[in-house]
Amino acid sequence: MSAVVAPEPEPIEPRDNYLNAAYGVRSWLLTRDHKRIALLYLVSITFFFFLGGLFALLIRLELLTPAGDLVQAETYNKLFTMHGIVMIFFFLIPSIPAVLGNFFIPMMIGAKDLAFPRLNLLSWYIYIVGASFTMWAVVHGGVDTGWTFYTPYSSLYSNTHVVATAVGIFITGFSSILTGLNFLVTIHTMRAPGLTWFRLPLFVWSHYATSLIMVLGTPVIAVTVLLVGAERVLHLGIFDPSRGGDPILFQHLFWFYSHPAVYIMVLPAMGVVSEVVTTFSRKNIFGYKFVAFASIGIAVLGFLVWGHHMFVSGQSVYAGLVFSILSFLVAIPSAVKVFNWTATMYKGSISYRTPMLYAFGFIGLFTIGGLTGLFLATLGVNVHVHDTYFVIAHFHYIMVGGAIMGYLGGIHYWWPKISGKLYPEGWARFAALVVFIGFNLTFFPQFILGYLGMPRRYHAYPPEFQVLNVLSTAGASILGVGYILPMIYLAWSMRYGRNAPPNPWGSTGLEWQTPSPPPTENFKVPPIVTEDPYIYSHEEVEIVG
Amino acid sequence: MADVQPAEPALQHQFESMEQQKEASSLGMWVFLVTEILFFGGLFLTYTIYRWENARAFADASRHMDITLGTINTVVLIFSSLTMAMAVHSAETGRRRLLILFLIATMILGGVFLGIKAVEYTDHIQHHLFPGPGFRYPAGADAHGASLFFSLYFAMTGLHALHMIIGLGILTTLLLMARRGRFTAEYFTPVEVSGLYWHFVDIVWIFLFPLLYLIGRHLH
Repeated sequence: MSAVVAPEPEPIEPRDNYLNAAYGVRSWLLTRDHKRIALLYLVSITFFFFLGGLFALLIRLELLTPAGDLVQAETYNKLFTMHGIVMIFFFLIPSIPAVLGNFFIPMMIGAKDLAFPRLNLLSWYIYIVGASFTMWAVVHGGVDTGWTFYTPYSSLYSNTHVVATAVGIFITGFSSILTGLNFLVTIHTMRAPGLTWFRLPLFVWSHYATSLIMVLGTPVIAVTVLLVGAERVLHLGIFDPSRGGDPILFQHLFWFYSHPAVYIMVLPAMGVVSEVVTTFSRKNIFGYKFVAFASIGIAVLGFLVWGHHMFVSGQSVYAGLVFSILSFLVAIPSAVKVFNWTATMYKGSISYRTPMLYAFGFIGLFTIGGLTGLFLATLGVNVHVHDTYFVIAHFHYIMVGGAIMGYLGGIHYWWPKISGKLYPEGWARFAALVVFIGFNLTFFPQFILGYLGMPRRYHAYPPEFQVLNVLSTAGASILGVGYILPMIYLAWSMRYGRNAPPNPWGSTGLEWQTPSPPPTENFKVPPIVTEDPYIYSHEEVEIVG
Repeated sequence: MADVQPAEPALQHQFESMEQQKEASSLGMWVFLVTEILFFGGLFLTYTIYRWENARAFADASRHMDITLGTINTVVLIFSSLTMAMAVHSAETGRRRLLILFLIATMILGGVFLGIKAVEYTDHIQHHLFPGPGFRYPAGADAHGASLFFSLYFAMTGLHALHMIIGLGILTTLLLMARRGRFTAEYFTPVEVSGLYWHFVDIVWIFLFPLLYLIGRHLH
């Protein structure tokens, strides 16, 4: 049945886990197992991560010198556009939910699978089809509108492949919607007996909040890019000011999704951090309900702040005022989380394992990203630093310093469960350190550049900005090494790593109460939950690996 | 692959019981309909803002709609919701022949709706009312506002028609499943959740009809 023939007879091992339950390409491409689908996503988003990273590398190389000498202005426009589109829609949005959420939500709630396994596989195919459209656009010359597709440039004037890219994003949006729908229904209907809402791991709570945003926000950007496409192809003219249309309305509709989308990226990372911090502090989370409701609070408030992207776009000053105040409010649930993680670590028995290093990184960098977000939410300051590198630095602290740190922390934390192997701890700690140093060296100088007035989206700049730009490019190279290292040693560990025990970290999570890697049906006996999620005793537990 | 067959043939392996499976399916469809509300919501918001900015032009442009055809279509759709509800009821009471009959009736009514819509579209396009380079509007009238109205008219009714076509595809699948005897009084969830979808598409039209056809009637 399997199309792949093994070159030499392998030692016979029992086919008792999801990885060796079946072999061959078909058994992966037609699987309905949420764990295998998670790995399909892992491979695809890793590809897009490095593709987006390649665009970033070219951007940073161009900015090494003040003159625009490596690429032309038009090429540069395409580079930052495609960097944004690939990283946001094809890496960050699916990253933690589609890989770690897909893999672990059913296991954390004691279920055999998500509620709709076929829909789950369909989501991955939809993602691939959407990505293919966008890749077609990239290969045939790219798109230059910025990832924001602002009208009327995108709808009337750009001569690049806007329609193919927009179609790709429209299609991929459905992948996101269906994943969110699947998670919501699964969390509502598939919990094990005894697993009440306030016994759910915080990772599940944060994914519940994320799914709400996916389900409520994504349809709006879907219809918005559809209208832009209709304007280009059918000449409908809904956002065309020369025919009475309003381009600012496009910005409202766009940011109604795209601001909450930031929380699609960062909320799952917060879920990872909650799990990691409790496990490696050997303490119950401080203020469980506050952390859980902070996720919901961020999701709800996140829908009310989109106007802070439009302070200088021609929206009314009063709207700006209201959006400014509402944006400040998001700081409250975000700070609740940061304080509660810190309080969890207080007097905990902390072990400095790799996932914990990433969690430290997340907490520090997210705090900087969040506080500079408050600067930007302040109307007067925003006018000064709008569209400068200050904004670039701010959102990279959230999306790269926050979301990607959380993603890498989660990948390391659950790697023994996913692969059944232990990764080399020394290398992993080293890589975490490289990522942290490289990240700060890349993006901290950009805060200063932006404050001094260097605008975003130009391929040339005055010579006095060169020192800081050289620092930033140097940091980006270090960051690149930090991202390639885990790829190498994680792949290495799949073949040569030591076998992982079921629960190497001594965690209390339900997902660790199965063998590593887990069997296809997750649990041999359906579990019954009788306790809260983070019941850690103070006695020392030996951590393996 | 020696899967152990569950006691209930329609029970999928990830669920513990038929009740759990049914609960998940209905909740899934309701959540999907919420996404649909947000999807059309973007259009209704756009409509609201532009009508507020171009009230007179919208009312004027609305008079180009054929109110007779629009009314007939509204009645056709409401009637199709009735036959869909009857189909669900027939499935619930385990009457297969009636189920098939009502499914076919719903599909015919959906087809009639789309046919009438096509007649209207043809008429509008022949009168140069499709926005873009070919758009012609009487001199002296607010052509910008009218162009916005017709842009929204074609976008909203077009997406609604697309949902109807998808609905007909779903009904075809249900029909084939019903003919193979896949539904029983114990298991008819696909019919039920498809019914929810059909009613939703119907309700969207109930909002579209007055907003697009009736706003200019009290003028002149």
